[in-house]
Amino acid sequence: MISCDKAAVICNKAQYNEASLIEKIKLNFHLFVCKACSKHSKKNAELTSLCNKANLHILSDNDKLVMKNKLEGKK
Amino acid sequence: MASHQLNPNIWVDQYADYLFNYAVTRVSDAEIAKDLVQETFFAGLKSAKNYKGDAAERTWLIAILKRKVIDHYRKINSKKGKAEVRMNYNSNSESEGDWLEEQVADPYSSMNDNILENEELGQAIQQCITKLPKKQSQVFVMKTIQGIDTEDICNELGINPSNLWVMIHRARTALMDCLNKNWF
Repeated sequence: MISCDKAAVICNKAQYNEASLIEKIKLNFHLFVCKACSKHSKKNAELTSLCNKANLHILSDNDKLVMKNKLEGKK
Repeated sequence: MASHQLNPNIWVDQYADYLFNYAVTRVSDAEIAKDLVQETFFAGLKSAKNYKGDAAERTWLIAILKRKVIDHYRKINSKKGKAEVRMNYNSNSESEGDWLEEQVADPYSSMNDNILENEELGQAIQQCITKLPKKQSQVFVMKTIQGIDTEDICNELGINPSNLWVMIHRARTALMDCLNKNWF
């Protein structure tokens, strides 16, 4: 039986498809017995699906640097 | 009410992603969106003395960006013919006489993406990310949005994987809380 902390780590890994098969089995067993973790896991999965749905975009650090310099030049 | 102040030095770090996200969903071209954000910062700097301080800095910048997006569409539609809407029932002579019903969009194709809602969702998430501590948001963005491998992030930031997962965990928990308050 794994601890809740360990379960949380595996749960996060699973959100990024980085949990191994054994980890997933351990996690699922834990979720089966632990109500709090299964609730957390559900919300965690929901966050992942929200992030995917939102289709987020960000600027690269390089772009930001260029922007900063240009802004600096205007002052 | 003049409780807000402008601080252009932190604009790029604080708001660039948020503004960029807003712009890119509206013009759907990353390069144009980048230029619009840049122009927004310039315009903000230029009219900083007109800032009354009754709106938060970010709200003020978004208002400028909104005008920039509108200006952009005006510019590309400035030729009169482009602005005209042409309705044509059936240009293809082969399908002449076919029923209009055959041309309606497949209702199931739009099930997945309720575009408007997703745009707002993106804003909400972005807003919550900016509230995270710097390190956490950095790791979360690299992992979730840019999709960089765990190993590469660890190398770049000089942390070990268990560190990374702890940060991810904290960021995700904070985000869940934040979205619970602001989204649901």
